[in-house]
Amino acid sequence: MTLSGWMLILVFIGLIIACARPVGAVLFRLYDDRPLPLEAGLYHLIGAGPREQSWIGYAAAVLAFNVAGIALLFTILKLQNVLPLNPQGFGGMDSWLAFNTAVSFVTNTNWQNYGGETTLSHFSQMAGLTVQNFLSAATGIAVAFAFIRAFARQGGGTGVATIGNFWTDVTRVTLYLLLPACMVLTIAYVAMGVPQTLTASVNATTVEGARQTIALGPVASQLAIKMLGTNGGGFFNVNSAHPFENPTALSNLLQMLTIFVLGAGLTLTFGKAVGNLRQGWTILAAMLALFLVGVTVIYWAEAAGNPVHHALGLAGGNMEGKEVRFGLAATALFAAVTTAASCGAVIGMHDSLVPLGGLVTMFNMQLGEVIVGGVGAGFYGILIYAILSVFVAGLMVGRTPEYVGKKIEAREMKLAVIAIAILPLFILGLTAIATVAAPGLAGPLAKGPHGFSEILYAYSSAVANNGSAFGGLTGNTPFYNITLAIGMFVGRFGAILPALAIAGGLAGKKKLPDGPGSFPTTGVLWIGLLAAIILIVGGLTFLPSLALGPIADHFQVAAGTLN
Amino acid sequence: MSTQPSLFTGPIVKAAARDAFVKLNPGTLIRNPVMFVTAIVATLSSVLWIKSLATGEGNPVFEGQLVFWLWLTVLFGNFAEAVAEGRGKAQAASLRATKAELKARLLTGVGDIWEWVPAHQLEKGDEVLVETGDLIPADGEVIAGIASVNEAAITGESAPVIREAGGDRSAVTAGTRVIADEIRVRVTAASGQGFLDRMIALVEGASRQKTPNEIALTILLAGLTLIFLIAVGTLPAFASYAGGTMAVPVLVALFVTLIPTTISGLLSAIGIAGMDRLVRFNVLAKSGRAVEAAGDIDTLLLDKTGTITIGDRQATEFKPLPGISEVELIAAARLASLADETPEGRSIVVLADEKAPGGEAMPTSAEPIAFTSQTRVSGLQIGERSLVKGAVDAVLRRLPDAADAEALRRIADDIARTGGTPLAVADGARLLGVVHLKDIVKAGIRERFGELRRMGIKTVMITGDNPLTAASIAAESGVDDFLAEATPEDKLALIRREQDGGKLVAMCGDGTNDAPALAQANVGVAMNTGTQAAREAGNMVDLDSDPTKLIEIVGLGKQLLMTRGALTTFSISNDVAKYFAILPAIFVALYPGLGALNVMALTSPESAILSAIIFNAIIIPLLVPLALKGVKYRAADAGSLLARNLGIYGLGGLIAPFVGIKLIDLAVSGLNLA
Repeated sequence: MTLSGWMLILVFIGLIIACARPVGAVLFRLYDDRPLPLEAGLYHLIGAGPREQSWIGYAAAVLAFNVAGIALLFTILKLQNVLPLNPQGFGGMDSWLAFNTAVSFVTNTNWQNYGGETTLSHFSQMAGLTVQNFLSAATGIAVAFAFIRAFARQGGGTGVATIGNFWTDVTRVTLYLLLPACMVLTIAYVAMGVPQTLTASVNATTVEGARQTIALGPVASQLAIKMLGTNGGGFFNVNSAHPFENPTALSNLLQMLTIFVLGAGLTLTFGKAVGNLRQGWTILAAMLALFLVGVTVIYWAEAAGNPVHHALGLAGGNMEGKEVRFGLAATALFAAVTTAASCGAVIGMHDSLVPLGGLVTMFNMQLGEVIVGGVGAGFYGILIYAILSVFVAGLMVGRTPEYVGKKIEAREMKLAVIAIAILPLFILGLTAIATVAAPGLAGPLAKGPHGFSEILYAYSSAVANNGSAFGGLTGNTPFYNITLAIGMFVGRFGAILPALAIAGGLAGKKKLPDGPGSFPTTGVLWIGLLAAIILIVGGLTFLPSLALGPIADHFQVAAGTLN
Repeated sequence: MSTQPSLFTGPIVKAAARDAFVKLNPGTLIRNPVMFVTAIVATLSSVLWIKSLATGEGNPVFEGQLVFWLWLTVLFGNFAEAVAEGRGKAQAASLRATKAELKARLLTGVGDIWEWVPAHQLEKGDEVLVETGDLIPADGEVIAGIASVNEAAITGESAPVIREAGGDRSAVTAGTRVIADEIRVRVTAASGQGFLDRMIALVEGASRQKTPNEIALTILLAGLTLIFLIAVGTLPAFASYAGGTMAVPVLVALFVTLIPTTISGLLSAIGIAGMDRLVRFNVLAKSGRAVEAAGDIDTLLLDKTGTITIGDRQATEFKPLPGISEVELIAAARLASLADETPEGRSIVVLADEKAPGGEAMPTSAEPIAFTSQTRVSGLQIGERSLVKGAVDAVLRRLPDAADAEALRRIADDIARTGGTPLAVADGARLLGVVHLKDIVKAGIRERFGELRRMGIKTVMITGDNPLTAASIAAESGVDDFLAEATPEDKLALIRREQDGGKLVAMCGDGTNDAPALAQANVGVAMNTGTQAAREAGNMVDLDSDPTKLIEIVGLGKQLLMTRGALTTFSISNDVAKYFAILPAIFVALYPGLGALNVMALTSPESAILSAIIFNAIIIPLLVPLALKGVKYRAADAGSLLARNLGIYGLGGLIAPFVGIKLIDLAVSGLNLA
């Protein structure tokens, strides 16, 4: 580990903290009921109005919107051969692959069983994928807004209450935040050297005389939303490790920052909405504390290197699978950021991380993507953990547990448990199927614990809606296309529906005044408690599977054996 | 509640041990999902064990021990519940015996003619006659007569109390005995729904419904069980990928140690013990929900008299008019109070004897002047001389021509401003001065309010006094707020206002006019001496009729929740050590490197698994005393309570099983059990 490596990590965390409050304020303006410029005319035009929805209405709108999105994207991918902007003349996508890809992009996962530059037309990339990149991010933030309203609103104390309007939330986030922000970011990336063109690939002859196809396309515009919306689906197959998708150290830092910035900002939107910024800072602190632990382990493990390489006389850290332009610290940081935040963009191959480094990336996802997390999703995800923590430990102060003034009772517990149990049920359940079914066993490249890690990683990534791949797994088969799509769909909506149901119930509850007898949900003790509960619940759930994957792998590597 | 069984007595433990087996009935067990699952798993393991015994495959000795400890885990959980229930059962038995022998003189409606009927045939609205020596057959209201009643059967207090028609002392309770005079009672609760029935059900735990909080916790525990089912259930597939297999008994052991059996085994015991603590405290809660609500209280409404002050005003000072000697005033005030048996009157005599010892005895010719609501003065008539004391206005009305009226009023106003009550004294037509009566704030009450404030509970004093007096007592006692000249409507309005602000309110009351407020409050404690209406409206009844108890009731409610939270935290923290015991044991065959996770250096895989399951079972009975007694409770703000309990039960729960499992492993391997 080097001083400059640590500087990078600390500067990154410092910048996130610095951005959180202003970004939170911008998001608050979108969350707030006050009309925005031109908004009324827009709704008049499309015939929608800012009518309040119950949680069921809100959830129905989310589902309808996203299912329609899947259908639309599937159609575009299937028919790209007859659609415009296809200079390379790619054919229509295979049905299972198109299904997988459609679910993947609509659920903000961006798991890619295809190589973008060799499979997709410009039209599919722009009108298909990039559109869903915007809308899936907006959906996540909209649900987070609804969740915030549950705590901010004073309920009548009788039954459920309304939690906002999905259509206005999603419109506001897309038109007033994501689009303008991505325009600025696109220009910035172009300035750094990222291509933005509609021309076909360039066939070049290298100085050695070899022929090379240099893929080009509208990269910068997709890159901007890929990061800001924690989507992660790259234009190029190797994602942000490609020099056209990540040309400089500055573009690398900007990419990492934009992955975290909205998720971090939402915590302060929450703080502002409930009238106590400290509530927001506390959530962010818990996220960043967990993040720091993760990045430290990855960095330490990678810098310690691979004992098998050492035995062969290759001293130093583990450089296998890393983009040499960025080096060890930046790759470790990027790996931590992209898995903590459900982005899934990569600048190095996670398959090539040493086992303990790989373990952290996997564990980040298995915790449910709550360490900053996917835009919106990370926020309501960690709040569900907060509800759980406040219940377990809150009883210890001798009161019915309450969080930010709302009582946590049987209904909330039931829904929180469902939201949390969905994750292991599908990650471990699908992994179990893949480890006994023949088409599943055909997937992994490696054998033994590392091969197991490849499968476990894939389903962790899918169900947690991360989308990064460990590599090594051949995913473009009907078996993996279908099971991963199921995982992505259930992982996404199995969290959104309980979250909205919790929001509906909490919004109707009376807000209890804060006093010395209330459970303190700010401060160091609570940060530690929340982080500990997340680690313990996640750890207890996934430790056996991790033991058979990366942990067993680690001991094998330490013993000098490779698969 | 005169008999107070100790925590563990021989008969209770013996009965509980028997009940532990009775409770294996699946119908009963299913109320506790985690224990139900454990029992299913134990049954499955038993079948597999018998199979391996028959076929000779596997390791029957090891499996047999696992099966034994699995069943013991379930039995220990049942035992915990049975012990908690057992303490109430003895009480219930004696109450039930009382109930069985109840019979009633049912009035036929024709004059005084009555006939004997068994009490259980009485219906609401029936009228019965109760004579000296009779047990009152049903809960009711005295409609005629006055009697002295021994309520020891209910309150444990043998001093008889007066019950009479009309007013606030008209309620009578089934099972109490009339020891003098006779009364007519109208039955207000049909058989089976009376106070006695409620008490029996309560102390027995039969009617115990799960409280909201308990339901939420049960859901969480069931959810954790489901998550562990997934985590353990997928292992055979993973093991097959690694080229190995997982023995079912081993998976079962892992599963049972991970699911929260500890808290689940103790959960109902905690609830029963919480109610039981309240019963021992002579408070009957009509539901567990009320006890839980007590822990959540934000605002306490406390009656001034009896709770904050010692009930009666005491004379503290004599203030003579200008030109009158203090000695003369003292002597006159003393004489005027000699015949007055009220606490105020006695306190004047006591103060007078203190200030000027050797006062004269009551002259034989003296006649008391009794207090009436018309004259509002009392005193002594000695021949022609009439000595009176009373409210300033009342005395001045008797003496319209008195010269010093203005001076007297000035002194009286000064006293009123400090919160005292002025009592004017006159000798014949002469005004002498004023006695200063004062409310005496109970010793230690200021500290209690300080404690409550730290816990985040606001105290409001309710008094009929004028705002001036009320403010002065409020300041002296340290109460947070007060409601002066309070009418029942004011009380109700105050409760509603607090509740609209999202607060939970507790109060106590005894009169019929308190009933609406008692019903509106989240915790309404009715005094047992109060009217039937008040007792019906409240959700708790204090058998000792001591309003101060409200403060302790809040503490008991908090303790109940804290005990639940502490043991839940402990139970979940335990899992970390169990993983480190069992995971290396079951995975070492697949990947020898994973043996490095055996941080406790347990002897062998079998002994590790056995030790974990033994620890998991015996921790339940070890924690029964804590579950029954409740965790140590002290008044403090939520932050420091959390820090303290997290330290003890969270961190303790993390460390304890590492030590415990290691010790058991030493014993298991020492005894060659595995």
